Amino acid sequence: MSAALPEESIRVRAIALDWMHATELAVKLLVAAGKVSPEYGAECLSVLEELGPYQVIAPGIALIHSKPSPSVFETGISILTLSEGVEFGHQSNDPVRILIGLAALDHDSHIEIMGELARFLQDEANVNFLLNVASAEEISDYLQSNL
Amino acid sequence: MGIGTSVLLKMNAEKVLAQLEIDATVEATDLKTARERVDAQLILTTPDLVDKLQGLRAEVVSVEHFFDLEELTEKLSASLL
Repeated sequence: MSAALPEESIRVRAIALDWMHATELAVKLLVAAGKVSPEYGAECLSVLEELGPYQVIAPGIALIHSKPSPSVFETGISILTLSEGVEFGHQSNDPVRILIGLAALDHDSHIEIMGELARFLQDEANVNFLLNVASAEEISDYLQSNL
Repeated sequence: MGIGTSVLLKMNAEKVLAQLEIDATVEATDLKTARERVDAQLILTTPDLVDKLQGLRAEVVSVEHFFDLEELTEKLSASLL
């Protein structure tokens, strides 16, 4: 998982004005790690604008992503936690305080990391850890010993 | 083909179906493909996309919490057992 999630792809306790801003911040972390070009941000926003907040997959958690496209250079994920939650307009899972950014190069290369992510987020203790952590480094270290 | 959300849902649905001993093929697709797959018996989706999957032969079941295997177990058993 560490290759797909370098420390520069993790940011904690960020301040986001709204769901669009939060989405942009999650994508910026993928840009910083060289996984996607900045255009990927607009692609993710347009999916959410077209289809609604379906990417809010669990209480407080959004999986931000678009399709494989020329904007994606490498498969990877980012983790962004917010100091205060933002509303995506989801009927039961708002407010969102954890955003996982996903860049998929194709339809297969991200399956393994998604499996690890699903197992990780299934455990409420891990979700609480993400919500309370004070530095990206702590997340990085924690993931290395808990995945 | 789907990525992201549908892949997560597929993985957890497969886990639950195995526990329920239901033999099933699960596919992760995007919306367009889901609408074209007339052979599907059941479509799992999120509450926001239910409206976009109306008028199909398949039963459409909406899942709110992707990581809550109890919710999935309850909904899949109600539909398939």
